[in-house]
Amino acid sequence: MGLKKQVLEALITLVGDGNVLTRREDLIPYSFDGTAALKQLPGCVVFASSTEEIASILKLANANKIGVVTRGSGTGLSGGSVPSLDAIVLCTVKMDSILEVDEKNLTLLTEPGVTTLKLSQAAEAVGLFYPPDPGSMKISTIGGNVAENSGGLRGLKYGVTRNYVMGMEVVLPQGEVMWLGNKCVKDVAGYSLKDLFVGSEGTLGVITKILLRLIPLPAAKKTMVATFAEMDRAAEAVSAIIAAKIIPCTLEFLDRTTIHCVEDFAKIGLPLDCEALLLMETDGHPAVVAEEAEEMERICQEQGCVELRVAKDAAEGDKLASARRSAFSALARMAPTTILEDATVPRSELATMIRFVDQVAKKYALKIGTFGHMGDGNLHPTFLTDERNTDEIHRVEEAFKEIFDEAIRLGGTITGEHGIGLAKKSFLPSFLGEVQLDVLRKLRAVLDPAGILNPGKMFD
Amino acid sequence: MLLELAQAKSADSRSYLKGLDYSVVQQCMHCGLCLPTCPTYDATKLERHSPRGRIALMRSVADGELDATRTFADEMYFCLGCLACMTACPAGVNYAELFEQARAEAEASEVLVSPWRRIIRWVTLKWLFMDHSRLQILGLSMRFYQQVGLQWLIRNSGVLKLLPQRMRELEAMTPSIQPKFSDELIAPRTVPEDSAPRYRVALLTGCAQDLIFSDVNLDTLEVLKKNGCEIVTPTNQPCCGSLHAHNGEWEAAKDLARRQIELFPPESFDAIITNAAGCGSHLKHYSSLLKDDERYCGRAAEWDRKVKDIHEWLVEIEFRVPDESSSERHHVTYHEACHLCHGQKITMQPRQILKAIPGLSLSELPESDWCCGSAGIYNIVQPEMANKLLDRKLSHIDSTGATTVATGNPGCLLHIQNGVRQQGKDLRLAHPVSLLAEAYRRETAKT
Repeated sequence: MGLKKQVLEALITLVGDGNVLTRREDLIPYSFDGTAALKQLPGCVVFASSTEEIASILKLANANKIGVVTRGSGTGLSGGSVPSLDAIVLCTVKMDSILEVDEKNLTLLTEPGVTTLKLSQAAEAVGLFYPPDPGSMKISTIGGNVAENSGGLRGLKYGVTRNYVMGMEVVLPQGEVMWLGNKCVKDVAGYSLKDLFVGSEGTLGVITKILLRLIPLPAAKKTMVATFAEMDRAAEAVSAIIAAKIIPCTLEFLDRTTIHCVEDFAKIGLPLDCEALLLMETDGHPAVVAEEAEEMERICQEQGCVELRVAKDAAEGDKLASARRSAFSALARMAPTTILEDATVPRSELATMIRFVDQVAKKYALKIGTFGHMGDGNLHPTFLTDERNTDEIHRVEEAFKEIFDEAIRLGGTITGEHGIGLAKKSFLPSFLGEVQLDVLRKLRAVLDPAGILNPGKMFD
Repeated sequence: MLLELAQAKSADSRSYLKGLDYSVVQQCMHCGLCLPTCPTYDATKLERHSPRGRIALMRSVADGELDATRTFADEMYFCLGCLACMTACPAGVNYAELFEQARAEAEASEVLVSPWRRIIRWVTLKWLFMDHSRLQILGLSMRFYQQVGLQWLIRNSGVLKLLPQRMRELEAMTPSIQPKFSDELIAPRTVPEDSAPRYRVALLTGCAQDLIFSDVNLDTLEVLKKNGCEIVTPTNQPCCGSLHAHNGEWEAAKDLARRQIELFPPESFDAIITNAAGCGSHLKHYSSLLKDDERYCGRAAEWDRKVKDIHEWLVEIEFRVPDESSSERHHVTYHEACHLCHGQKITMQPRQILKAIPGLSLSELPESDWCCGSAGIYNIVQPEMANKLLDRKLSHIDSTGATTVATGNPGCLLHIQNGVRQQGKDLRLAHPVSLLAEAYRRETAKT
């Protein structure tokens, strides 16, 4: 099949020869994202550099009924930017300028291809703070973060990407451009369409500019690590911290397997002889930080932690957090294929859920490494497997079904922060129910009548 | 004979990537954390020019979904081989091995073949760098050309203007050959002057290092001598084979590895010292190179354990800090050779040595571990990207205000030196070990 010659020529006229890739060797590296075992060669890859170019590309695709898969750095974990057959991959990484940092209104206006790290550094340079910090923040783009409503380590206290999006410029499939939101803290004019686009996974429009909310940079922070001989004790410690009315900015946990992998990579001296490790961070006013840190320390001791270590300075704290962000990739040291899960439950059900995941792994004879955001109930059980072992992969699928069912039974969700994409598409209908799914379908059809945007993703 | 060479077929037609343990390719879970550390991705924003993109291509070849095409081969040679991706990779992908296998695949598939390329590769890889005495003869003729004023004459006569631009650029890059090679400076055996030796070490004098930086070899020797080492330095040492392994010539690389092991029986030394990062990074992996060689694999493992970069060794044996009498004000910044920081994970030791030198103030270089573009022979074959990286490096060096740039690899020393010369800057390039040797010398001078 492949794209028609006229379409490719038209694309080249729109964005220039160097911005359209068609050679097999150029396309193969765009046939996947950060998700395991999903692969599809696109029809072509196009780099856009302006809203106008994107509008023209969409018009062309819409007129020819060609699928468009918008892509940033391709670090997604649900297959959201894996191409569909013969689709145009619309890559935004060359739209990478921060357009404005407004210190009076505490906002930042950016193009979608800017990396999360770069914009958080731009905010910090003027004493401001952009809290969402997904694991891939060094390379993930803000466009992708908004489209997936990415979370991160600080979700517990600061929320997720959605909580920082004040506005955006969007191009619709027929090429119309609209601005949603503004710099006002209060704005109730009409439906909040920007919120519809946050987490829309590239199915409703292409986001070309983003207005972000910033907050003052916390004056102090303190990072510490506590280890436990049993997972339950760690979970209890988390519950006790929350019950003590402390909301730390980070409350992460790693199980034994994950601890070993992370240490193997980062070599930061994590204690290896334990079943669970909690990484805790509190930030804010120095006096509050000191008080909360002390209280968290006390609680961990009370819960019988084996060892407690406080980072001596911010640099050491950053190293610990950065090591934790590498957890998913580091687990790949253990097995050829790592399939990561994202089931999330209300905080109070966390211990139950962790135990359940363990039982399921045993039942299906699967190797598993679990880590996650304990503070917000967002778990990442990761199966360590081999995609060439069809029998084992089948067991992994069965195990997932059970884990999702249990998460739902406990009042949780099938994905906390990775999105539906292709990876969880088959689980969405039963999770949402017929009525909600029908509303989603109608909404999508209104905005994208020809169905060209990220076809085959999220739901059919 | 040249004609025969130009038409010769490769004797090596197997697929390296298909023969590779598949788990090595599978290890990459394409999370993308390597992207921001890859100089070629950073410059182009194209996935093909990124580590995970290249691995995807290698995997496609291994899976039989892609032939080792010309584009594939070009891509493998567009990679600097700086290995920054290996430092960044949480999954522990062995990119160094993949990259060498992929280049071998590219060579075996003959997609890059042209008569000229074949002749150049044969002359350099299979003739010149297989026998150090040949290299020394080349060095001698270059030394003659430079010493009798021929180079001066040619450079000033305007004759060079008749050459194509690329040739002129290459001429300008010709390094100055040292007045004496290592053999002429260093005895086969050296013992510490004032104490019984605590360690017995071998000193590798290298190829480029021997011709262009024999003074660094001498400095290394002196520093070792000051630190209780008996040093064995055989003459006419073979190339370590890194040039061959990086350029897809596996069999030659294995041959050279065996010769090294014979010349420096690892059993008889406490350490085998190298002062060239590029060589060290290769030297430490003889056991994987010779894993199928029953006769050598055991000794190769011992060899790997014994090979030490000079900085690593000095810190390990707790080198003597020069006394205060040697103090001299000196503003230095440190550029990390890729194959030291990424290839061997040696980052703190050179800094520790520099900081120990009395009077020396060390300013951190922004992006100190970002490739300078030298990358073996990359600056010769990929001048455009190499110069981009060089400019980036030079502007960071400028920002430190340092008057000396220290770095532990001959390739980086030369490449940055060339950039400095072109920009007419007053900046000294030096190996950290030379700065330490100088401090020891000042010490003696005063006492």
